[in-house]
Amino acid sequence: MSGAKRVSTAPTAGSRWLLDHTRAIAATLDALKRRPFGTLLTALVIGITLALPAGLYTVLGGLDAASSGLKGSLRASLFLSDSLDEAAGRALQATIARKRGVAEAKYISRDAALAEFRTHSGFGEALDILSDNPLPAVIVVTPDAALPKAEAEALLNELTKLPAVESARLDREWLERLYAILAVIERLVLLIAGALALAVLVVVANTIRLDIASRREEILVLKLIGAPDSFIRRPFLYTGLWYGLTGALLACLMVVAAGLSLAEPAETLSGLYGAGNGIAMLSVDTVFAVFGAGGALGWLAALWTVGRHLGAIEPD
Amino acid sequence: MSDALIRFTGVSHRYRDGGREILRDTDFQLARGEMAFLTGPSGAGKSTLLKLIALLERPVKGEIVVDGQTLSKVRTRDVPAHRRQFGMIFQNFNLLPDRTVFDNVAMPLIIRGHSGDDIGRRVRAALDAVGLRGREKDWPVTLSGGEQQRVGIARAVVAKPRLLIADEPTGNLDPTMAAEVMHLFTRFNEVGVSVLVATHAIGLISRLPYRILKLEDGLLADARAATGDGT
Repeated sequence: MSGAKRVSTAPTAGSRWLLDHTRAIAATLDALKRRPFGTLLTALVIGITLALPAGLYTVLGGLDAASSGLKGSLRASLFLSDSLDEAAGRALQATIARKRGVAEAKYISRDAALAEFRTHSGFGEALDILSDNPLPAVIVVTPDAALPKAEAEALLNELTKLPAVESARLDREWLERLYAILAVIERLVLLIAGALALAVLVVVANTIRLDIASRREEILVLKLIGAPDSFIRRPFLYTGLWYGLTGALLACLMVVAAGLSLAEPAETLSGLYGAGNGIAMLSVDTVFAVFGAGGALGWLAALWTVGRHLGAIEPD
Repeated sequence: MSDALIRFTGVSHRYRDGGREILRDTDFQLARGEMAFLTGPSGAGKSTLLKLIALLERPVKGEIVVDGQTLSKVRTRDVPAHRRQFGMIFQNFNLLPDRTVFDNVAMPLIIRGHSGDDIGRRVRAALDAVGLRGREKDWPVTLSGGEQQRVGIARAVVAKPRLLIADEPTGNLDPTMAAEVMHLFTRFNEVGVSVLVATHAIGLISRLPYRILKLEDGLLADARAATGDGT
């Protein structure tokens, strides 16, 4: 005696599904629009929560890019013994420059080194006290950027063992320290992101829980007139999804705004280190990840809450 | 198979929190197309009997068959589908206050996934049938009690069920409105809808030519057989 069965205009399963979901989408968006302040407040909390890991991740991406710009600067300074005169030094530089895997070998004579030291160190006057130039001649060797790290290291090690080389310094320790620090920070960002994802879950779940409580009467009536659980659950799931996606949008805007306000000092900073080109802006991947995480967390939180609370509302 | 739309066989019920037996070994039938009243003092079990039909409660003992379906075999997840087979009308109307008259009446059709055009047509027809044509955009709170109950009836009939179940539908209405509402039920019965109304408005129903069932101390008795051709 089902009324629907006798109706010739009964919809097909596919169009029925589409219709049900379109209606739920329209109804939930309408409900959220009717209380914009509350919606925005919840979305803002989610936005801030998502913006933090997204922002950290973006900064990290920027540092990573900047430091890979420094990778080419894996190089060695070979300090030549004083017994070698300038001509011999230049000859050695030419030999090294021709070696396979060497991109550049630059000879800095004792005088040039002194002049450079005088300009940059601020100890110029102190040097005048000394009777002769204490600085050795240097050959700065830069290996080919395409060379694998291990081979480049082997090459530099070999060069430092040349008899004319009194001592040598590999300019790569600080880089390795930077990488180690970045790895720690990266792990930290992951941990923070995990904790904040939990926070998003709780925020959305609590909002949906209040929503369910305030619509208790409506749910009872719907159950009385034969609405299936899927029908009653659907608007809450979409509401959770909208909260998550709106939060994601706000998070992206916040990260972009933060990036713009940091752009100038960051440029100065990266200029000082001669690496990278300013702070990295929010990448497309990150935008997708933020929207994906926001939407999924909102939907999951709603699913979780609805599962816990809807069953308890039964007409009697 | 009898031609009974509703059949109770030896149904007993008591609520879980202990207490007395609300229904005791009740046998009762409502024929297809029949209209009947269920009366009795408060707490006699009128509402309980209707709740058993709507699967809001499951009986402790006995068998209930509605339109050939044995209710004890209806699984929990199929309860909503069972409830969609008939229209229910409530004493407190149970309208959704934040939706218009149209949206309230349309709700059963939205649940069933009807198209927008179809819904518009059927809702207007249902509102027309209860005398509320043109009130689609009103809010429930702006209506009188009688009008709200008519919205409730329009919602119950909009999906064209074969059975209407009403629990004290006139309990919150003044006598004139109550008479109007009862009159509406007889009109739907005339076009073939079976109607079961629980009520204690004896004065109102004694003038009508339908069977009256009386519940007292958990026992059901025919207080009066149908006097006219109520079917």
